[in-house]
Amino acid sequence: MFEIIERKMIVPNLHLLVVHAPDIVDEIQPGQFVIIHAGEGSERIPLSAADWNHEDGTLTIVFMEVGTSTGKLAMLKPGDFIPTVVGPLGKPTEIENFGTVVCIGGCFGIASIFPTVKALKEKGNTVITIVEGRSKNLLYWEKKLADYSDKLINITRDGSYGYKGHVNKAEDIIRETGIKPDRIIANGCMTLSYKTTQEYSHYNVPVMVMLNTIMIDGTGMCGVCRCTVDGRMRFACVDGPEFDGRLVDWEELAKRRKQYVGEEAFLVHHSGCGGI
Amino acid sequence: MPKQPPYIRRRNFNEVALGYTEEMAVEEASRCLDCKKPLCVDGCPVEINIPGFIREIARNNFAEAIKVLKEKNCLPAVCGRVCPQEEQCEIRCILGKKGEPVAVGRLERFAAEWQALQSEMVMPVIKEKTGKKVAVIGSGPAGITVAGDLILAGHDVTMFEALHEPGGVLTYGIPEFRLPGKVVNREINYLCKLGVKLVCNYVVGKTKSLKKMLDEYDAVFLGTGAGLPWFMEIPGENLNGVYSANEYLTRVNLMRGFMYPKTYTPVIRHKRVAVVGGGNVAMDCARTAMRLGAEEVYIVYRRSQTELPARLEEFENAEEEGVIFHFLTLPEKLIGDENGWLQEIECSKMELGEPDQSGRRRPIRIDGSEFRMKMDACIVAIGNSPNPIIPSTTKELEVSKKGTIVVDESTNKTSMDRVWAGGDIVTGAATVILAMGAGRKAARAMQEYLMKSQ
Repeated sequence: MFEIIERKMIVPNLHLLVVHAPDIVDEIQPGQFVIIHAGEGSERIPLSAADWNHEDGTLTIVFMEVGTSTGKLAMLKPGDFIPTVVGPLGKPTEIENFGTVVCIGGCFGIASIFPTVKALKEKGNTVITIVEGRSKNLLYWEKKLADYSDKLINITRDGSYGYKGHVNKAEDIIRETGIKPDRIIANGCMTLSYKTTQEYSHYNVPVMVMLNTIMIDGTGMCGVCRCTVDGRMRFACVDGPEFDGRLVDWEELAKRRKQYVGEEAFLVHHSGCGGI
Repeated sequence: MPKQPPYIRRRNFNEVALGYTEEMAVEEASRCLDCKKPLCVDGCPVEINIPGFIREIARNNFAEAIKVLKEKNCLPAVCGRVCPQEEQCEIRCILGKKGEPVAVGRLERFAAEWQALQSEMVMPVIKEKTGKKVAVIGSGPAGITVAGDLILAGHDVTMFEALHEPGGVLTYGIPEFRLPGKVVNREINYLCKLGVKLVCNYVVGKTKSLKKMLDEYDAVFLGTGAGLPWFMEIPGENLNGVYSANEYLTRVNLMRGFMYPKTYTPVIRHKRVAVVGGGNVAMDCARTAMRLGAEEVYIVYRRSQTELPARLEEFENAEEEGVIFHFLTLPEKLIGDENGWLQEIECSKMELGEPDQSGRRRPIRIDGSEFRMKMDACIVAIGNSPNPIIPSTTKELEVSKKGTIVVDESTNKTSMDRVWAGGDIVTGAATVILAMGAGRKAARAMQEYLMKSQ
């Protein structure tokens, strides 16, 4: 059993969950995820790690409440226990001294990009961090990200904070300032990953995106997370979850994401982030 | 053995076989000739004293029967149900030469079920504690056998499982109607009562590296199974409505999808389902689809009925339940609609040519024989490759081109010091009992090593 240390809603519909999982914290690296199962009858849900603390063995996750199983997680209180937190799963994000790296986060990805931002900065990269949300009240962790970023750019779609626009706005800014990125990394919903890929492909550098596919076991056994990357069938759980967005078959991925929308209508209330 | 009638069982998840009554079991056991040189034992991968336990049943000594079984087999309730006895023990039975062989599997199942109904469990003698620590990675049939053997030998055994429930393929793969979850749980509980420590939600190779495990344990057994599904590599396999057998069965079994929407992991109740493949797993998928309310379920298999790898019993069960078999048929293309949902399967007809490496006649495509079938689901049950997690995170471990772990044939020892392996991770996808046989062999070698080392 895994003890819940903290659980709070940090912005509307996004929850921060801190869980005691020392074995996972011992091994985890940026870009990896865990699978949480809230008990008999629940789904197994893959969630990216957002932070961890080696001293007290705690793991921090930020997740969006979208359905019955995440709804259950959103009701946890400190001192509660959940039966399953398993990981770290997936391949870690490649951390090298690339030069200048643009890190983009939206929604839960604002949190999950944090370990990558931190690790890249510690490797000596120039890190430009861009966070994007619909409105000011959906942005969070500004200081935390700014501490490890050479430049932090806020973008809101309604213009209530920072620049007005979507991720393409950030591309304008980068182009205007004359920064030449050596690598782009994006975490967030599929719309954000897809748009990032489209907007940044012209730099001819890797546009690494974290794909959030449906998963069950997370260890390569079921194959539901399969996607086409560079013309090959890949499993997001063991071959990813990070892939070069320029090589991803996005149309197929978008259709696969919708597989269970009809079934979940029984159980799910839809949240309006505008993404998929 | 009595079964649920097909027209009833095809729509429920209760166990198909109802089992022998005591009278039936004694009658069947009395048929055994108690041969001086019992050939049936030679066919058993775990060397059960078959005439021994049958003799006890014939004498109404059911408690003795289960004791004899458990000397060699820690999973009689499982093996009695899913072992292919017809090609192991029963095929060697002298009675089978002129008539029906003794129903070894059904008697084994009977003894295990009888035991489960008793208030007291017969506990075996556990040897004095040795102080040696053993880690068993994977709680499927191979791992369970190793854990069972080594705990009795007095070692301290911890069994690690990646999923949230133990049992490996017995839990996520084999459906409720063939092997009820409560039977698997009972067998695992028995191991825990013997003192085996069970740690679920632990992915060795991820949560902790194999190398670090070796710092804590004197010996490690890898029984991580065949965990990476194969696809056909034809167009359209990523369409919605196309599943690997693992996914389909895991949703329904492990995640209790058959109770959806009471449980939350969604399972789509497809109307027209094609299952590709001819093994026991394909039969399990087809029969599961039927139970989820499908109108028509097809098995699409590229060879003929003669080559069908599934057990005859499973084939017959599927056919009785209304599964339609398309033999000598090869899927060529999966065709979807504009939203990415499967609509049709295009297949070719095949004919059989010369025998191939497996000794089975090679299927050859008949040109111009293409035809299409309307389907809203296609389940690919053509096998699995070994789970890559431990090999890919352990460079010291020698693996074959196929990704299986290379072991010494007589001891199941890997290339790494103090590490043994067995089951599907070594052989590629096979059967429960072969995995158990490999576990037995490894356990013997591990025991020898543990007793020698200081």
